[in-house]
Amino acid sequence: MLIAALRKELLLQWRSRAQFMAVFVFGAAALLLFSFAVGPVAEMLRQFSAGFLWLGLLLSSTLTLAESFHAEMENRALEGLLLLPANPRALYYGKAIANWLQLILLGIALVPVMVVLYDAGTTRLGLLVVVIALGTAGLSAPGTLYAAMTAQVRSKQTLLPLLLFPLIVPALLASVKATSLIILGDPMNQISAWVILLVAFDAIYWSLCGLLFSRVVEE
Amino acid sequence: MKRNLFWLAIVLLAAAVYFGLLVTVADQYLGADLSLGLPIVARTLIAFLGGLAALVILIVVDDFSNLSRPKAIGLAGILFLLIGSYFGLFVAPPEQFMGETQRIMYVHVPTAWFALVAMTLALASAVVFLFGGDYDWDARMEASIEVGVVLAFLLCCQGAIWAKPTWGVWWDWDPRLTTTAVLLFAFLGILALRKFSEDPHKRAMWSAVATIIAYVDVPIVYFSVKWWNSLHQQQSNPNTVSKPFWIPLRANAFGILLLMTAFIMLRSRVAALRLKHELAPPPALSGSEIGETV
Repeated sequence: MLIAALRKELLLQWRSRAQFMAVFVFGAAALLLFSFAVGPVAEMLRQFSAGFLWLGLLLSSTLTLAESFHAEMENRALEGLLLLPANPRALYYGKAIANWLQLILLGIALVPVMVVLYDAGTTRLGLLVVVIALGTAGLSAPGTLYAAMTAQVRSKQTLLPLLLFPLIVPALLASVKATSLIILGDPMNQISAWVILLVAFDAIYWSLCGLLFSRVVEE
Repeated sequence: MKRNLFWLAIVLLAAAVYFGLLVTVADQYLGADLSLGLPIVARTLIAFLGGLAALVILIVVDDFSNLSRPKAIGLAGILFLLIGSYFGLFVAPPEQFMGETQRIMYVHVPTAWFALVAMTLALASAVVFLFGGDYDWDARMEASIEVGVVLAFLLCCQGAIWAKPTWGVWWDWDPRLTTTAVLLFAFLGILALRKFSEDPHKRAMWSAVATIIAYVDVPIVYFSVKWWNSLHQQQSNPNTVSKPFWIPLRANAFGILLLMTAFIMLRSRVAALRLKHELAPPPALSGSEIGETV
């Protein structure tokens, strides 16, 4: 069930890959703009690079997430999906995992932009990918659930960030801290604490949102 | 049954006020011992649990029909706040280290307690609604969220007013302050979600789900910000708060408790009435109207 739902989502995303490119360009443009806000001081930009990367990723993620129930809203497709003899939970996890994969890809794609613009190179790429994966998991689990709600109301573009941003404060905080420690060096070995926090956040929201999703879409 | 429960709540409240406030007032200003031999821990516990139990019972048994009860409770709350403010501003001595600035604590601390209580009530209403499907709880949830948002906003303002002369800045990234701000925005988002969704059933379901998700976030935000940065007063308890400071603190606590109960009762009444209006079938066209349209 989950596999079928996931396949459907990935197929949808592949067919609309132009949208992914647009979101990536948006994120890269955001990273470019952040540097104008600080000024051309290389040292300061390097200091803030992790924060900028995650803010860029967060802003672009709201675009991806807000669109993620777009197809289901046309021709009452969501009702059709719910009529299938399948658990709505599979639908949720399929969508959340697909969103997650897309956000990981987006995060990895934004890293070179960050490295070039802010001179924030690092050799610990494996760890950086792990942090990006854990951080975006924290965005996609509640984000997919909220997207299911906000896709059905007026002014969804405003409402999704309004609901999502306060919620993911811990994930954002931990991701920025961990990424910044990767880039600037980690003499006190604090990175594991932030990674554990991310894992805990992800575990809580991936299970809780899956439990509550059927209540969100039920008629 | 409901009538008896209402009076039980009033009795609990009276006991809480007696042991939490009157005993201390009599001890401080009349030199009389009204404690009935109860130790201080027991008295504090009765005041605390009695007040909370009364709040919960009053809100749960309220069936939105009686308007005089919330009005009376609210008036009593205002009275307590006036007494507390009088004691806090004119009677209690200034604090040793912080001087007059500390007086804002008499409203700040009770506001903090009841902001959390209101949010917890919202969570409880959300859970009861999700499992029971009774729309009265949806109304109570809406009311609790709104009262909680107002209290959290007041809390941030009071905190900023206190922080400027004490820490030299309006805002500081301390765990409790930051958590309150995050909570404020999270619940404001839920109120916006309620405003934007028209279907009453979906609105109730969604906001119940969002309330549970937002509430679960509170401890995570608290601990993550705590690791990130820390600087705040340690919490006080009856042993670290000197006696003259008790009276305004507790009078205000009872005042905010009663006022909050009244607001939640009145606000859930409004929510229930609106829902009734939304679910009512459209009025049937009378003969003359049909004639006019034809």
